[in-house]
Amino acid sequence: MQLEVKITGKSFASVAGKRHDVLDNVTFTLNAGEVGVLFGPSGCGKSTLLKILAGLDGNYQGHVTRSPGMRLGMVFQEPRLLPWRTVEENVRLAAPDVDDGTLAALFEVLELSAHRNHFPGELSLGLARRVALARAFAIEPDFLILDEPLTSLDNALAGRLRDQVATLVASRKMMTLLVTHDLDDAVRLGDRLFFLSPRPARILHVETIAKPRATRSEPEIDELKRQLSQLDLANM
Amino acid sequence: MLRLLSFALFIATWWIASLVIGDAKLPAPPAVLAVLIAEARSGALFVNLGATLARVALAFTLAMAIGSAIGYLMGRVSLANRLGDPWLILLLNLPALVVIVMAYIWAGLTEVAAIAAIAINKLPTAVVTLREGARALDPALDEMATAFALPRGRAFRHVILPQLAPYIAAAARSGLSLVWKIVLVAEYLGRPNGVGFEIGVAFQLFDIPLLLAYSLSFAGVVLVIETLMVQPFETRLTRWRLRAA
Repeated sequence: MQLEVKITGKSFASVAGKRHDVLDNVTFTLNAGEVGVLFGPSGCGKSTLLKILAGLDGNYQGHVTRSPGMRLGMVFQEPRLLPWRTVEENVRLAAPDVDDGTLAALFEVLELSAHRNHFPGELSLGLARRVALARAFAIEPDFLILDEPLTSLDNALAGRLRDQVATLVASRKMMTLLVTHDLDDAVRLGDRLFFLSPRPARILHVETIAKPRATRSEPEIDELKRQLSQLDLANM
Repeated sequence: MLRLLSFALFIATWWIASLVIGDAKLPAPPAVLAVLIAEARSGALFVNLGATLARVALAFTLAMAIGSAIGYLMGRVSLANRLGDPWLILLLNLPALVVIVMAYIWAGLTEVAAIAAIAINKLPTAVVTLREGARALDPALDEMATAFALPRGRAFRHVILPQLAPYIAAAARSGLSLVWKIVLVAEYLGRPNGVGFEIGVAFQLFDIPLLLAYSLSFAGVVLVIETLMVQPFETRLTRWRLRAA
């Protein structure tokens, strides 16, 4: 399984008829078992890029080659659950073939076991995010897209959820693409970091972290963060 | 309890009014009740109510099914909307009487003509309501369904239909009240039975107790159907909302 991305441009016309360039030149490949991180300022076109990669937007220049029959799991920025279905129904709807054992284990890891029969309206944002994660993992994806899954949660909760995501990502050999603007998340979860420019987005710098995710020590993570924060992205 | 009180108030007002106006124009409740019982004993009341209900059921189902489908299509596909919109405006503003008379002229004084005329009157309101519903569908959930490759049927049932449900309920509610009104006109003009026909007879004979007996029993049936069918259906549809509160 491999994802080959060669986008040369993407623009859209605003309501007033003006042309806006959202993406410039974005080229990279992602292999199975790898976690790519898209790192860039807010509004730089990350979500647009994800839509193209997910096959939701076909209106762009360039091409994206996805392996045939690839299963996609996606966690949107907002949880996008069906409010009229319970937590379990939401997950089963996307993943009709999931067996009870797998689902129970998944709910256990994400601490959702007590909420199976709740409706999304009864959940906090943190819980709803976890349901969205459960849904994406339940289909046993070959390609997983995580669009800022940890934003607007308090630090303790975000940290716990990040550990849960790390556990789940490590449990399966798939391509993962994470979007974040938190360097800490990027360094802890990612194998390859793609630094994006402001709009129209292009890749400024690629940082490959050779050391496997699980074996990175705290001092190493701090050192990586220090080095990366000194990158002079504005002049690249 | 409050409902009973309001019903008692209605009877009392009626009775007092009949005393003031006089029996010839507004008979007192017991006189109407006597006619009602006589009609029920002969079976005529049930035959006529049954005929009217059957027409309502058929015309309502037909109009809801076709109207919802057209409305959904017009809300989703802009070409369908542009093609259908002039027709919709024409139908919306066409008086019920015109449709009924034309139907009877073209198709004869038949059951098909009556039901078609009633359905055509109700159709445009269902189309308009469902078109609004289809326009209000959440594109974010559509994207979710596409990203997770939900098959069309499943997506329609679990993602689209629940979003349309309040609009379908609204169309059903307003449509039913419209059909109740129009069915009597259609019967009055061209059917040999039904509540509308009986009211026509009573009008020609100036038989006010008979007229009131049929009107009130019809109103009673409408009330029963509203409380026992329409309202529980609406409550069921919004179950997840109540629990979310």
